[in-house]
Amino acid sequence: MDKITAWEKLSIIRNPKRPNAYDYIANIFENYYEMCGDRLYSDDRAITGGIATFEKLPVTVIATVRGKNIEQNKEVNFAMAHPEGYRKALRLAKQAEKFKRPVICLVDTPGAYCGVQAEERGQGEAIARNLKEFMRLKTPIISIITGEGGSGGALGLAVCDELAMLENAVYSVISPRGAANILWRDSSKEKEAANTMKITAEDLIKLGVADKIISEPLCGAHNDINMTCDNIVEYLFESLKRNCKKSLENLLESRYNKFRKIGLFSE
Amino acid sequence: MEDLFKIVKSRLKIDIKNPRKNKVNIPSGLLFKCPRCQTAIFNDDFESVGRICTNCGYHSRLTALQRLEITADKGTFVEYDANLSSVNPINFPGYEEKVKALMAKTGLKEAIVTGECEIRGERCVIGIMDSHFMMASMGSVVGEKITRAFERAIEKKLPVVLFAASGGARMQEGIVSLMQMAKTSGAVALHSEAGLFYCTVLTDPTTGGVTASFASLGDVILAEPKVLVGFAGRRVIEGTIKQRLPDEFQSAEFLQSHGFVDMIVERKRMRHVLYHLLKLHKREAIPEWIK
Ligand SMILES: [Zn+2]
Repeated sequence: MDKITAWEKLSIIRNPKRPNAYDYIANIFENYYEMCGDRLYSDDRAITGGIATFEKLPVTVIATVRGKNIEQNKEVNFAMAHPEGYRKALRLAKQAEKFKRPVICLVDTPGAYCGVQAEERGQGEAIARNLKEFMRLKTPIISIITGEGGSGGALGLAVCDELAMLENAVYSVISPRGAANILWRDSSKEKEAANTMKITAEDLIKLGVADKIISEPLCGAHNDINMTCDNIVEYLFESLKRNCKKSLENLLESRYNKFRKIGLFSE
Repeated sequence: MEDLFKIVKSRLKIDIKNPRKNKVNIPSGLLFKCPRCQTAIFNDDFESVGRICTNCGYHSRLTALQRLEITADKGTFVEYDANLSSVNPINFPGYEEKVKALMAKTGLKEAIVTGECEIRGERCVIGIMDSHFMMASMGSVVGEKITRAFERAIEKKLPVVLFAASGGARMQEGIVSLMQMAKTSGAVALHSEAGLFYCTVLTDPTTGGVTASFASLGDVILAEPKVLVGFAGRRVIEGTIKQRLPDEFQSAEFLQSHGFVDMIVERKRMRHVLYHLLKLHKREAIPEWIK
């Protein structure tokens, strides 16, 4: 079987039938109570978050939400969060810390929303604060890229103890279209950019960014949602066991080192 | 805030028993007029569905005892500080008489009932404000009872469930009532530092100094549908900005879409949701496989 290219993966994960956050939450967790709002400005529907149980363990779930049709996508802004989305995520993460619940983030976003109001309310600051606070959050954090891991908008929910990626998921510094535009001033070279940028799960394992690939059914997660979720459950079970056992000191040190060691240079 | 109290009262037309306001010629007390959608409903129908507007779902006010009855497990409630009652800290004219009259009328000593109970077996400290007592305004007694409830919760390592309802700070106690906001918020802070769970339920109406203190500080903030929640009175704001505000302004739904309410929960599901949240926040809840 030929290897699926990054470009082909993009078309799989952009399939409107691909499971979204609510499908995963319903299949992986029980007793999901969604919590709303950043306590500052708004409730961003592009990110859902709340309390649930995973195999009887109370956890906090935070996930970007992709719509399945135009109507849903209008409500969730095509999974592109505003600052209030990241601030809601942080509020819920802090609550998880207070009650010693692990945090599980599911990420599938083209990126943080780029717009005037997002800038006015401090999109950059909101993401930055999440990176800093998640790095030192005194409870385990597991992030899973389930589709698109779009740049800072994904990283805002992906400073974690372990990063897993679904088999067809990608994670990149910029969308392939954006990359084509910046690198070659030609957005039609999207495909070329996708295949050049090293954005697949395998690439990211090699680069030391991702820790685990969760396999998908043939032709993508939408072909068998139950099987996809079973695979995620199995991963979470092991990953939570690994990370909940660590002492707080060890947990935070490993998390820091996970990111500290990334970077290639000579001197 | 006395103004606010009047405004809230007139806006919500709780005074439907006053025959002068009944323009339609129906015997007093027969109709409930919904403050949200203005629909008039026969009182019997309104009562039989648990004081909820059958047209728009607005959840109307309950007395503290009614609330306790539908929330706590039977026979589990133990009241705290039942005998705490008001004095007149700034010698406000007529205050004592007003309090006495309300005590006689409502059978309550003050605007909040606090204590300990179980909700489907989950033990918690509970506080329930009663808008029938001076619009559940917060004076020394309300402030002290809430503070003691949190302090006991810390001692006993218990979560707190608080049903908020209030016209705000109690004007008749002057600056002393303002300080109750800081005092109660301080108690919430200590309870939170102890790692304990605090859930607030915003009920109709939650306004002024109570919104601006303990009611907004829950780890989880629930609200009943369509209830009024806000800081300043609607007409005060309309007067300031010289614009009519939309109908849903300061509703629970408005608050949720602006980021200040976690969940809107119907009365019939409230006990169930509270039970689950209490259970999810229990430390002992950790299963074997993770140990
Ligand atoms: Zn109504």
